[in-house]
Amino acid sequence: MLSQGVMTAAYIGASILFILALGGLSSQESSKRGNYFGMAGMALALVATVLGVVTANWLILAVAMGAGALVGLILAKKVQMTQMPELVAILHSMVGLAAVLVGYATFLDHSKVFVGAEQTIHDIEIYLGVLIGALTFSGSVIAYLKLSAKIGGKPLLLPARHWLNLAMGIGAIVVGYMFVSQSGNGGDALNSGMTPLLIMTAIALVFGIHMVMAIGGADMPVVVSMLNSYSGWAAAATGFMLGNDLLIVVGALVGSSGAILSYIMCRAMNRNFLSVIAGGFGTTSGSGGGEGAEVEGEITPIESAEVVALLKDAKEIMIIPGYGMAVAQAQHSVREMVSKLKAKGKNVRFGIHPVAGRMPGHMNVLLAEAKVPYDIVFEMDEINDDFPNVDVSIVIGANDIVNPAALEVPDSPIAGMPVLECWNGETTIILKRSMATGYAGVENPLFYKDNSRMLFGDAKESIDSLVKGLD
Amino acid sequence: MPLTIGVPKEVQENERRVATTPEAIGQLLKLGFKVAVESGAGVAAKFTDDAYAEAGATVIADTKQLWADSDIILKVRAPQQHPELGINEADLLKEGQTLVSFMAPAQNPELLETLASKKINALAVEGIPRISRAQKMDCLSSMANIAGYRAIIEAAQQFGRFFTGQITAAGKVPPAKILVIGAGVAGLSAIGTAASMGAIVRAFDTRMEAKDQVESLGGEFLVLEFDDGDGSGEGGYAKTMSDEFIAAEMAMFAEQAKEVDIVITTALIPGRPAPELWTEEMVKSMKEGSVIVDLAAEMGGNCKLTEANQIVTKHGVTLIGYTDLPSRLPTQASQLYATNLRHLMSDMCPEKDGNLVIDFEDEVVRGATVVKAGEITWPPPAPKLSAAPKTEAKAEPVPEPVEPKSKVGSNIAAAVVAGAALLGMGAVAPTDFMAHFTVFVLACFVGYMVVWNVTASLHTPLMSVTNAISSIIIIGALFQISSSDGLLMWLSAFAVFITMANIVGGFAVTRRMLAMFQK
Repeated sequence: MLSQGVMTAAYIGASILFILALGGLSSQESSKRGNYFGMAGMALALVATVLGVVTANWLILAVAMGAGALVGLILAKKVQMTQMPELVAILHSMVGLAAVLVGYATFLDHSKVFVGAEQTIHDIEIYLGVLIGALTFSGSVIAYLKLSAKIGGKPLLLPARHWLNLAMGIGAIVVGYMFVSQSGNGGDALNSGMTPLLIMTAIALVFGIHMVMAIGGADMPVVVSMLNSYSGWAAAATGFMLGNDLLIVVGALVGSSGAILSYIMCRAMNRNFLSVIAGGFGTTSGSGGGEGAEVEGEITPIESAEVVALLKDAKEIMIIPGYGMAVAQAQHSVREMVSKLKAKGKNVRFGIHPVAGRMPGHMNVLLAEAKVPYDIVFEMDEINDDFPNVDVSIVIGANDIVNPAALEVPDSPIAGMPVLECWNGETTIILKRSMATGYAGVENPLFYKDNSRMLFGDAKESIDSLVKGLD
Repeated sequence: MPLTIGVPKEVQENERRVATTPEAIGQLLKLGFKVAVESGAGVAAKFTDDAYAEAGATVIADTKQLWADSDIILKVRAPQQHPELGINEADLLKEGQTLVSFMAPAQNPELLETLASKKINALAVEGIPRISRAQKMDCLSSMANIAGYRAIIEAAQQFGRFFTGQITAAGKVPPAKILVIGAGVAGLSAIGTAASMGAIVRAFDTRMEAKDQVESLGGEFLVLEFDDGDGSGEGGYAKTMSDEFIAAEMAMFAEQAKEVDIVITTALIPGRPAPELWTEEMVKSMKEGSVIVDLAAEMGGNCKLTEANQIVTKHGVTLIGYTDLPSRLPTQASQLYATNLRHLMSDMCPEKDGNLVIDFEDEVVRGATVVKAGEITWPPPAPKLSAAPKTEAKAEPVPEPVEPKSKVGSNIAAAVVAGAALLGMGAVAPTDFMAHFTVFVLACFVGYMVVWNVTASLHTPLMSVTNAISSIIIIGALFQISSSDGLLMWLSAFAVFITMANIVGGFAVTRRMLAMFQK
């Protein structure tokens, strides 16, 4: 058994290591070291806790840990990089579920006795921990199902959904009051307050489901980062419940990290966080705003042979990937094309919009997987001013993030969203399966511009044909 | 039935341009039109009859026959008295024909009356609106570009010195200083030409948006220390400025007059006489041998001493008032004009069947059409979009100063509320809780600081690693797993299982991802 002092010291060490882990992610060079810091911190915290508090049931502990570690390893090994958003979502759900379980376990544990305000605060902490945990759990499961296309990505819009949310919120508060008063006055009945806790858990689960169901595919990056944030707050609430500072610190770190990511994603779409959570983007606004963005002119299709000729003449080439590249698994073909172009002395760069794909940084991970060097991959803000010097831009399976209507049509549903201004370049080649609109349901005037050319077909096949042509 | 496009020889003296070229004819034929060209129409612009015939046009020697056989007449100059036939070209028009040319509709109401009486359709190329889509048909810009270039060439012809500064064995040559007034298409073209010849170029325009364009061509933009808003008017032209502004402007020109060697003035306000910007006093204060090229000479001139179509010397300064500068580069001007008209034709022939559609829904066609089936349709309604969307930018600064204030206000309010809430909590909560709360708030701040530094390309690894460490919640389960209560133990064991999966999975997948990032 370790003394309380040694455990606390270990926890301080672990907290510092976790902060260093996040700090390491500020650059690619230091990121790997950061990850090792994180592992070390986690190992330190685990060893200290196991040695400090576990007194019995060693076998069960060992089996649970061993089995868990095995499952985790298998998941991490097998997942494809295009499936990262799903994996992250399902991992979030586990944190939520664990928070619920720990909350119940703490509630059922009566070895510690609290009195007065302490009892009330303890009960509120349990209640909040379970609430946030359940919400994270069910929300993440729905997000997982949506991202893995097991259920449709279209927002589910119940009538009076805002009222429903409000009713559930009020219900949770009322039940919470019942829980605190019953648990406080329970006296000898050990499990008094169990009923309100169960009711609340049910409400929170439904709330999580409803919230994520109502959010459209284009807003998934916000949802994933929001759930990331929630999983952190769930950990922090558990920390309060157990009076454990390490959990509080980690929960706060993760919670603020997720909150910042959500904010960055919202800003990249010029959308209010609340309006994203309220849901429904892409259907209601799409039908109304489609007319506002009525486009005149006609599209100019192009054959891959002509694209090859254009690429051979170009000096500056910009590639703009979107979710379509992930869907078509075209990242390896793209990399092959890039190496061919670079061998011909072209300056090839990637322009990444913050919300391209289904989670923050999705495109970067895909390109990294395909071994595209990260120093030719640029963020929107870094390269948007360079487009006038670009000879050919290749848009792969992206739509809303290159839509000039965001800047030019004030009443467009995506008005004000920062976009990659590829139309300022010499020529833009757009790889697309069909003329369908993007997730926002907005017509894209880019396709009708004089310097835009459409290359129709599956992104991977189109790129492969370009690769062949470049030989 | 495909329509025939007829291109007559220009009759105005010294007009060397022609409305189509062999190259453009190929494109017109592709649209389904037939093309007839009057014999000798392109001679002055160095296009022979043979070249036209080779391109697929019919070459017709008889002027009257050409006009009679054509459904569409493409010309450079508006109809005028034909010196050889002794009649006005307008009298050669027949009902139902379509005439496309420069017409200056604002200055020539009688011409519009005449054309209307012939029951024809008339399109004045000056009326093509300056919108992005119509840039390829914008004849004024094409001609202005040439005029600006030629203005510098004419000035160089009259100017007794080099443009570029040189240090020679025979002594030092100072560079010529050139002032360009009005940085429209012609002005910019003049700036670019003069700068590339080595002169020091200064330019002035009432529209601040011209500054970057001037600088990009190697000119220096003169800024007036005067606040009168931006001078961008409707349709990409400058608007008339206030009296104070003009006074400040004139004072600056008077200063410049003492320094510069060559002045190019290009200031025009559509449909009105050219503003007088260069006074006789300024001319007098210029150095002997200086040159002024007044591109507004046709509209009265930016300098009153200019005489249209003449080169005159007054007060030792040479004033060039040519109004036919584009025509002095006939081959180039014809090529660009023909291409502009060819684009206009393809815009008006959407089916590519050799038929012309005058569609008033099309902003370009509406703008250009001055007579439709004998009805005068000029002036057109105001264009919807300016070539430079400057109005949006102008509308913005108004609400801006208000916003930060209210933001600060709401921030203060939020801080007060948060402070009060903290105090209230501190009053009732036990110290133990407040200690944890302190840790919580500090950790939030640390998280905030650290996460903002994370590079955007690592957002996905950030999520997976934060996910892994948020599984620190396993500690909660570890606290309970030794419980003798069976339910508690199994709940905890299950929690340990899933959090462990999360920890290992999260770190492992992060490691896998980070290993992929490479230079």
